[in-house]
Amino acid sequence: MALTEGTANPRLYLQAQTRWRPIEIAFWLATLLPYALFPDYLSLASQIAIAGLFALSLDLILGYAGIVSLGHAAFFGIGAYTAGLVSKYGWGEPLTGLAIAAVAAGLIGYATSFVICRFRHLALIMLTLGFGLLLEELANSAGWLTGGVDGLQGIHTWKLFGYLPFDLYGRTAYAYALAVLFVLFVFARRLIHSPFGLSLRGIRENFVRMPAIGAPSRAHIRTIYTIAAAMAGIAGALLAQTTETVSLESLGFERSAEVVVMLVLGGAGRLYGGLVGVIVYMVARDQFSGIEPQYWYFWIGVLLVGVVTFLPNGILGGAAKLMSRRSRS
Amino acid sequence: MLPPVFGVLFDGLAYGMLLFLLSVGQSVTLGMMNFINLAHCSFAMLGGYVTVVLMSSYGWPFFATLPCAFIAAALVSVGFERAFFRRLYRASDLDQVLLTIGIVFISVAVAAYIFGTEQRPLQLPAYLRSSLTFMGVRFAVYRLILIGLALLITLALVLGLDYTRFGARVRAAVDNERMARGLGIDVDRTFAITFALGSGLAGLGGALAIEIIGLDPSFALTYLVYVLIVVSVGGLGSISGSFAAAIVLGISDVAGKYYIPQLGAFLIYLVMIGLLMWRPLGLIGRR
Repeated sequence: MALTEGTANPRLYLQAQTRWRPIEIAFWLATLLPYALFPDYLSLASQIAIAGLFALSLDLILGYAGIVSLGHAAFFGIGAYTAGLVSKYGWGEPLTGLAIAAVAAGLIGYATSFVICRFRHLALIMLTLGFGLLLEELANSAGWLTGGVDGLQGIHTWKLFGYLPFDLYGRTAYAYALAVLFVLFVFARRLIHSPFGLSLRGIRENFVRMPAIGAPSRAHIRTIYTIAAAMAGIAGALLAQTTETVSLESLGFERSAEVVVMLVLGGAGRLYGGLVGVIVYMVARDQFSGIEPQYWYFWIGVLLVGVVTFLPNGILGGAAKLMSRRSRS
Repeated sequence: MLPPVFGVLFDGLAYGMLLFLLSVGQSVTLGMMNFINLAHCSFAMLGGYVTVVLMSSYGWPFFATLPCAFIAAALVSVGFERAFFRRLYRASDLDQVLLTIGIVFISVAVAAYIFGTEQRPLQLPAYLRSSLTFMGVRFAVYRLILIGLALLITLALVLGLDYTRFGARVRAAVDNERMARGLGIDVDRTFAITFALGSGLAGLGGALAIEIIGLDPSFALTYLVYVLIVVSVGGLGSISGSFAAAIVLGISDVAGKYYIPQLGAFLIYLVMIGLLMWRPLGLIGRR
């Protein structure tokens, strides 16, 4: 984060940051392209939008507040199972389903945030990992509720607003997921460019010093962790509603690790980092899906080593560096 | 006659010792050097494969393969340390986690490519597979050996790191790298040797563990969680802490699976979270 002009007046600085840049508008217009260019890939596009929302929620805690979580899929899974169960037992209205899932994931996020905010470093990583694994075991053993390893079956999502059915090609699903992603992205963008967002970055840089200038580190971490949990829950609910199934894999360790990989690939601590990372990662996986999954993991590994060694701030960080170098010369 | 609870305790203890042997190397690298190395179990897996291949393809006796497992893992890890890890000693937790988990993914894929995805069984000689019966409880010889070896390694490491010149150098290099360099300690070399020691111990642990927990390419990921649990619960940099944590976790896991089988792995995670919340720095934490 380069603080250049306008740093003398923080209010002006924040206002300058909130202005929409042309490239951002172009990015969001480009998200509509799949309807015109790749109508066969709309279900992949809706998966990407959902994963993008999930990565965005992780970015809020990992990229901005510096909470390294290896168990973020727990909230994704809670959202997915909540939305799935609500729909299975008779209420398939999608938007209220999202709201219920967000509340459920947010509540559990709020409860665990009291533990999360007390720890840093290795203990924090281990606790998030532990919560995730604990929840996975719980969902696995509560087979009467969650369907266990077979997954949750029998979900039926009603038509969107009463007349848009979720079709096989994902036309409604993509529009729905994209709209939810956009609304929550605008929310996250507003949040990050508020004084609260600025103090989160301060906490990331120095957890102990922030209280000294009047920012309560722990209370802020509790707030952002709850928000991120609710957003992850909405992402999970979107997946449950659009695919009409929930599997144990939705809250497993692999998903937690995968979302960290996608976020870091794009660039953590940047609003578009998660989205760019998700697009690159999911499109690459779709193209390589003919290869055996084991070898796909080989390439993820190579990618991770490469990103950490050569692109420490992800694709967007590397691009920003190139741009500033060019404008200087 | 002893009640069956002693059998459970013995198996739990042996399982705990197995976890300890797998994670003691991590306790050295993570604890002493403060480097989060998720690829630790990849080195353990390498040690396991060295032992299996030497025994099945070349007919080596089991005990002769153990030093080879140690040396192979140590040598390979030094290569990685020189190439990748040393740049990240001062980097953030996240960078360390990402780089090393990338190496885990690569190692899983490479192992699957070379050795196939199926389990590789170990053919132990008959005297190691036998068991002694004492007052109605069966004690497997192999598990007794595991416990003995774990005790020996603990003793050697605690004494070695606390009372030798090398141990003092490592601690000095970790506490204040610039000062240590100023005193003429070759910090790079010290770190490389420490790293090799930790990974070599992982290789040895892996070679010893496969008889009980099996060996396939997902080993590097499956047991990673257990190793991290032992080290973080035990306390960073504390060999004896890891030892205590391994016993607690081993016994609670085996007892949980024996008495409340429907809980599965639930109990070990619960014990970990409870212990970590009670003492975030671990049972015997220094920092």
